[in-house]
Amino acid sequence: MSRLQVSLSHPAAATLRNATTEPLWVRVLLTSIALIFLALFLVLPLIIVFSEAFARGAELYWASISEPAALHAIKLTLIAAAIAVPCNVIFGLAASWAIAKFQFKGRQLLITLIDLPIAVSPVIVGLSLMLIFGARGYLGEWLMDHDVRIMFAVPGIVLATIFITFPFVARELIPLMQEQGREQEEAALTLGASGWQTFFRVTLPSVKWALLYGVILANARAMGEFGAVSVVSGKIREQTNTMPLHIEILYNEYQFAAAFAVSSLLALLALVTLLLKSLLEYKAAKDLAAAQSR
Amino acid sequence: MSLGFATFYLSLIVLLPLAALLGQTLTLSWGEFWKVIASDRAIASYQLTFGASFIAATVNLMFGLIVAWVLVRYHFFGKKVIDALVDLPFALPTAVAGIALTAIYAPNGWVGQHLSALGIKAAYSPLGVTLALIFIGLPFVVRTVQPVLEDLEKEIEEAAASLGASRLQTFCRILFPALLPSLLTGFALAFARAVGEYGSVVFISGNMPMKTEITPLLIMTRLEQFDYAGAAALGTVMLLISFILLLLINLLQHWSNHRHGAKA
Repeated sequence: MSRLQVSLSHPAAATLRNATTEPLWVRVLLTSIALIFLALFLVLPLIIVFSEAFARGAELYWASISEPAALHAIKLTLIAAAIAVPCNVIFGLAASWAIAKFQFKGRQLLITLIDLPIAVSPVIVGLSLMLIFGARGYLGEWLMDHDVRIMFAVPGIVLATIFITFPFVARELIPLMQEQGREQEEAALTLGASGWQTFFRVTLPSVKWALLYGVILANARAMGEFGAVSVVSGKIREQTNTMPLHIEILYNEYQFAAAFAVSSLLALLALVTLLLKSLLEYKAAKDLAAAQSR
Repeated sequence: MSLGFATFYLSLIVLLPLAALLGQTLTLSWGEFWKVIASDRAIASYQLTFGASFIAATVNLMFGLIVAWVLVRYHFFGKKVIDALVDLPFALPTAVAGIALTAIYAPNGWVGQHLSALGIKAAYSPLGVTLALIFIGLPFVVRTVQPVLEDLEKEIEEAAASLGASRLQTFCRILFPALLPSLLTGFALAFARAVGEYGSVVFISGNMPMKTEITPLLIMTRLEQFDYAGAAALGTVMLLISFILLLLINLLQHWSNHRHGAKA
């Protein structure tokens, strides 16, 4: 662009420039269409969440997010994410390490299966867990005899959250690790480092931005999951209600301002996620470029 | 060791529950299975789910291409912010999206009141379902087309122009074929996501059986009536379709990478 602008006075350059870009009216039209579409579908929903949340005043807003049921829902959401995300970080590291650094039978199948939770409907995830752990499920009777509650309790919510957020870390790490190859690790091993030393000193630092990126995406998804959790939670107030379920209940009880107040917290989380994501994307792109230039 | 752990964890968390789903379905006889999955109510729900998903993915295909094009090729104020905002549907919980869209398109909502003045019912109708699905599928086409468009070499377009092609000819003959695999991948991803969507749709659809009931909701209803086998049968149908879509997406991505790789 700048290269062309410099020599714009030259008539041939102007022709060339016109030939590889669109007339002004087309550019303005396309930009307007894109901006109106995004404003209608992305910006408007965000605005309405915050405007409805404060529609009945700041006092009610504060009351809605500090009442015991809301606080409990916030706590449960944080707990579920705090368990599910680390589990998937460990899995993501193990799976992407295996896929990127080794050749084995069924490698392609493993990659496809990692993507599975993205394509499966959340309701089906909840249903499947119900069929194993529910009162009439395969393990239902055994669990009942041993007095273990998984469905309609916190463990079920955690399991559903793990399933749903399963792919995010692995998907971010696999392409980067594949790009980086294994020379550095081999060098470390030749120099006498142990397997774990190599992992913590060589592999982990070189993927740290992509890993963080995956964690942030998984976390956002974990805290916002609705379909799968709503099947397995039973929606018992102050016991098994996560934030999205609490929003649903408030909304169905026509407590719109309160529903939007709790929603605004999750919308804020989404905005922070996007901000961090942009920052990390920049860092991860630099890592990838460094790996490619080697 | 890490492979063993990864496989074990995958089997435990993902494959075991899905096997249970199939196992439960197998307790039904073929006739019973058919009765559940081919009931009028189920068929009406497939029509809505797949019809609305297809329309939403098509809308996203067209607008996604324009958004990706504008973000890659043009410069304007606030571009970086808008670029980041495209991922909002990934980050915003579906329940929040659902109630926000309902508030906008309800008959007394900001947009809904103007639509209802025109006699168009947006929320609590198939149109509302489609609007929610457009929202959740919005990032897919943009994010699959954007990197391909960024990597396209300007020289090809310059060559086309210097050989006398008009801008429209260059787009149709040179750019569009190069973008096609990524466009289709984005479309398939948006479609697959829309077919399984539950959270944002339940609020805006109104959930009337035979009219605005999507298949995931029908599964939920069966489950609430303790009809586990019926729910599992419908779940199996959905799961099979998801598998087929996933396979298709993998093939498309393979094609896209191949094309992309050959050019670079």
